[in-house]
Amino acid sequence: MIWIAIRMLTGDAQKFYGLVFGIAFSTLLITQQLTIFVNLIERGASGVYNVSSADVWVMDPVSRTTDVAYAMPSTALDKVRGVPGVEWAVPHLRAQASVRTKDGDLEGVAVIGVDDATLIGLPKAMVEGSPDVLSQPDSVIIDDVGTTRMFPDQSPIGERLELNDQRAVVRGIADAIPSFTSTVVLYTKYSRALNFVPGTRNRLSFVLVGAEDPAQAKALSERIERETGLKAQTRDEFARDGVQFIIENTGIPLNFGITVALGFIVGVAIVGLTFSLFIRDNIKQFGALKAIGVTNRKIRRMVIAQAGLVGITGYGLGVLGTIAFIWSFSANPTFKGFYIPWQIPLISLAAVALILALTGWLALRNVLKTEPAAVFR
Amino acid sequence: MGRMLDTSAIGGCKPDSAICTRGVTRDFTAGQQTITVLHGIDLDIRAGEMTFLVGESGSGKTTLISIMCGILWPTLGEVKVFGTDIYDLDDTALVEFRLNNIGFIFQQYNLIPSIDAASNAAVPLIAQGMDRHEARERAVEMMAKLNIRDQADKLPSQLSGGQQQRVAIARALVHEPRLVVCDEPTAALDAASGRRVMDLLREVAVAEDRACIIVTHDNRVFDLADRILMLEDGKIIHDGSEMPEDH
Ligand SMILES: Nc1ncnc2c1ncn2[C@@H]1O[C@H](COP(=O)(O)OP(=O)(O)OP(=O)(O)O)[C@@H](O)[C@H]1O
Ligand SMILES: [Mg+2]
Repeated sequence: MIWIAIRMLTGDAQKFYGLVFGIAFSTLLITQQLTIFVNLIERGASGVYNVSSADVWVMDPVSRTTDVAYAMPSTALDKVRGVPGVEWAVPHLRAQASVRTKDGDLEGVAVIGVDDATLIGLPKAMVEGSPDVLSQPDSVIIDDVGTTRMFPDQSPIGERLELNDQRAVVRGIADAIPSFTSTVVLYTKYSRALNFVPGTRNRLSFVLVGAEDPAQAKALSERIERETGLKAQTRDEFARDGVQFIIENTGIPLNFGITVALGFIVGVAIVGLTFSLFIRDNIKQFGALKAIGVTNRKIRRMVIAQAGLVGITGYGLGVLGTIAFIWSFSANPTFKGFYIPWQIPLISLAAVALILALTGWLALRNVLKTEPAAVFR
Repeated sequence: MGRMLDTSAIGGCKPDSAICTRGVTRDFTAGQQTITVLHGIDLDIRAGEMTFLVGESGSGKTTLISIMCGILWPTLGEVKVFGTDIYDLDDTALVEFRLNNIGFIFQQYNLIPSIDAASNAAVPLIAQGMDRHEARERAVEMMAKLNIRDQADKLPSQLSGGQQQRVAIARALVHEPRLVVCDEPTAALDAASGRRVMDLLREVAVAEDRACIIVTHDNRVFDLADRILMLEDGKIIHDGSEMPEDH
């Protein structure tokens, strides 16, 4: 009977492809929109992910994210270093500044001061140059997305910038995950960053901590809080704070959420309509089969086989489409580092399965419960 | 043995009847109105006979044979097919009973458009769990008996109305059901083809332990009947081996 079910489905090629296309399109819509949404939201944590070696971030109790931070007195560093279980602790500065380019344009940038000795605080990988270039005078390293923004058609290496009226020379490009706002980021040594960023006495934004036992980061962060009175978050907690901040403080997640919901509804409508139309087209055949002697259970199984075939084909194409989409845009800085979290294909699979099951069941309900004589009238 | 006789005698059914209906009544509700289409039909259909059911349009013929073959529930009354009270069965058991015992040909053939004629005719065997290729071979044999062997590989849409009907007949007979029910099999056919279909049904469907009921208007084939029942306004008004004189 399964063979018959499959032939019923594929017999009319036009309808079959219509159905597969409908499901592929909805899967693409749902998967792709959710992927962009999640990746965009995760940009709120890019500052944390870019410094993968820090197990714990220590900050002023009012600080919230890598970009919303209140500076601490420099004595905080020694306090943290004194806490048992801290393997190392380094200063980390993050501040806003403005840059005047050669053409005279003014551009807002983020300045990140990394530890002079260890260079902890730099992204793991470089696109061009090595981290050592920071030991040369006035050196800064720019992030790759910033490069495309500030120097769209040229290499930034060797370019001179006026950074808050101080001279800076770009000597390397870091491979970094862009921030939510894709701000240009300039990395430099902590001591030099203090010169670039004028201002108040307190300029230590964070103390980055390596734990003796990284598995105990949570316990260590609690101990640091107890002993220093500062706020300490593990890497994962702080990343989540960054995402949460985006969700709470921008309208974009809401707007995007609406888009996702619309994509979902459109998907449901397409899949639901095409599949229930298909079942309806075949309702007389199903009724005749039931009259001849095919039990409801077997008819249900036939519909499940049909749903399974179009579902899996369409879903597969939709996911492939999403992968192709992400892949073809991966060179675009806006989509840099985008990936498809494994939960998303599962969500769209569940959605497709649910829609097919529901519409198949609704469309078949009459056949399954009414007197089969009806189809012979 | 004695017990079997006892049970089959319940409700006054004759022990040798293939189909037995007692007090079969069927109402249809259309909007506010309820019409009674069958009024307490009591019938015993014997095996080994070709029984014709005749009557004017709207007299309830299709309704009655639908109830006899287990696809339409009577409002009142009971129906026994080879001793089984079919409307006492649960839904699944009734479906399986139909699959193993009943073949029917209605005016709507409801063939599956995307599988070829022989596969359509093989559907009951496939539903019984027979291997698809074996089932199809058996169906081709049945089609050969019906003179449409050469149409086996065609899709239903490539067949004429009469050929489609014979595919439906092959589908009704392929699993050798004990009860065959046929609604106006000759209505769409010319005299010669109609005659041939009737001859075929006689040949294939009438046997010692089988029953065959045919609804027809076609007076050209009345001579083939062993028994003719006449329905008028939902009541049996004639039961004999010939048509009544005034018709
Ligand atoms: N499902 C239904 N709903 C409402 N009324 C019905 C239904 N089925 C049959 N009827 C009514 O029952 C009556 C008998 O119908 P039936 O089809 O049994 O007649 P018939 O003797 O087969 O007629 P014909 O020779 O035209 O096929 C008709 O008046 C018809 O309108
Ligand atoms: Mg009729």
